[in-house]
Amino acid sequence: MRKTCLEIVYELAKKDKRVFFIGSDLGEGTLDKYKKEMPDRFFMEGISEANIIGMAAGLAMEGKIPYINTIATFLTRRCFEQVVVDLGLHNLNVRLLGNGGGLVYAPLGPTHEATDDIAIMRTIPHMTVVAPADADEMRRVVNQTIDYQGPVYIRIAKGFDPIVTREEVPFKIGKAILMKEGADALVITTGITLKIGLDAAAQLKKEGLHISVLHVPTVKPLDEEQILASAKKVPVIVTIEEHTVIGGLGSAVAETIAEADMLSFKRFRRIGIPDVFPDQYGSQASLMEYFGITAEKTALLIGELVQMKGKGVEIVQ
Amino acid sequence: MNNSVLDERSRFLRRRIVDVLKEAKRGHVGAALSLVEIFRVLYDDVLRYDPKNPRWKDRDRCILSKGHGCLALYAILADKGFFPREELAKFCQPDGILGGHPEIKVPGVETSSGSLGHGLSIGLGMALNARYEKADYRVFVVMGDGECNEGSVWEAALSAGKHKLSNLTAIIDYNKMQSYATTAEVQNLEPFADKWRAFNFAVREVDGHDVSVLRQALKNIPIENGKPSVIICHTVKGKGFSGTECNLKWHHKNKISDEEIDQMYGELAR
Repeated sequence: MRKTCLEIVYELAKKDKRVFFIGSDLGEGTLDKYKKEMPDRFFMEGISEANIIGMAAGLAMEGKIPYINTIATFLTRRCFEQVVVDLGLHNLNVRLLGNGGGLVYAPLGPTHEATDDIAIMRTIPHMTVVAPADADEMRRVVNQTIDYQGPVYIRIAKGFDPIVTREEVPFKIGKAILMKEGADALVITTGITLKIGLDAAAQLKKEGLHISVLHVPTVKPLDEEQILASAKKVPVIVTIEEHTVIGGLGSAVAETIAEADMLSFKRFRRIGIPDVFPDQYGSQASLMEYFGITAEKTALLIGELVQMKGKGVEIVQ
Repeated sequence: MNNSVLDERSRFLRRRIVDVLKEAKRGHVGAALSLVEIFRVLYDDVLRYDPKNPRWKDRDRCILSKGHGCLALYAILADKGFFPREELAKFCQPDGILGGHPEIKVPGVETSSGSLGHGLSIGLGMALNARYEKADYRVFVVMGDGECNEGSVWEAALSAGKHKLSNLTAIIDYNKMQSYATTAEVQNLEPFADKWRAFNFAVREVDGHDVSVLRQALKNIPIENGKPSVIICHTVKGKGFSGTECNLKWHHKNKISDEEIDQMYGELAR
């Protein structure tokens, strides 16, 4: 996914002289071709995220479109204030490409695990937050960032994630995609959890339950219209995210359905990382399992919630 | 250094600042008063700009990175006609455009600032753009000494030195006092000039209230070809008034009294 992302940045740079690339201290050989062909629009500025954000802001104020790439935690936590003031307050066209969104860097521990990036970026006015599900969707997202107003944060997943999105579905930043429709429950996903949602739906189908799967690659601005339209039709709503349950997709959806006065009549749950720092190593998959962010756990939870028929309504009475 | 007598123009700009204080009764007074001559020389003698077209693409970019010094910037921008003088009286008011830190909605203000340590990186980006576009605008970043406590300043300095950006000039208001105490006590910057030299800047130190020296320094940049410049301006916090000079109570002051305002006007009239 990262490879695709950077390839598109290269292609955009070839076509459009407003595109600049800024890295911190990325792996050897990153975008070599770009550097060779367009050296005056390629910068590797060292491990200095605050400076990189400001430098990109200065370029963007002059009409350029800088793409910044480094590890997601450093791009969101380390230089948060620069992102808020330099990019958010000035509403600048800077693109932040965060490597290792979620639990990708499981072997490297909590300093490298971007478990709160979506929540952090979501609080910033003007910021757009996108978590593509696979490399194909990444291609569609990055291509759209050339003509898009305001700063954009793009969460990059591990890579070689199974392709689950479909080319024929029109993609637009800010729009949710209804992947599957069913009347028993609604699963809302972002990033690679789309696959988990689809697998859970397939599993539940065998048990006779029909599940809607709504993919929300853009967590901000949130496609509230589509979320409410889908939520309206089902008694059970579950969100799945590879992220803390505080402030991410689940929170955003909860805020939306609560303010639409729907919550009393629905059973709503968030699947994600609880309010803890991951306390074990392993792999992305093993940590996902550890935190219960799996198709099996999702299917189990939905099965239970569907059984609790009417409970939500009883609370109101 | 620093014993220079303020001439009529410098007193005029200070009067404008006192006009604001008279209405608002508040502001980062000390931090603005040490900047007056720096901005006066920049806008009277050095910068290329058009008040009728504040975003003119060929303008020199002047960033006030120590945003709390904004009263000095507002005074000169109003004087040059970037916005009506009446705006000064609405400082920090709901119907005004001039806040306690400058924002880009104000004509002539290049970046919104307030949090310290942002301006040099932004200026670096603008200077890199000028190089890429082969544009001849120059970038000036006005910074504080306390601001140089921020690590981001030195990240930016590393980059500016690496890129040999001779179109970028940092101007430091070295009044040697920050909010709590002197810079020597809070976070000693010395050897300050040597630090900048070590980051591959060309350095010049001047009396930041001596307009002829400032003019000579700022009109002769870059100091050295192939290097960014830094002009370290030795200044006096609160310069110009007996009550405010080197007085930490005036770093940021609320509830400025009528008597204090009268005294300031009185000292300007002498």
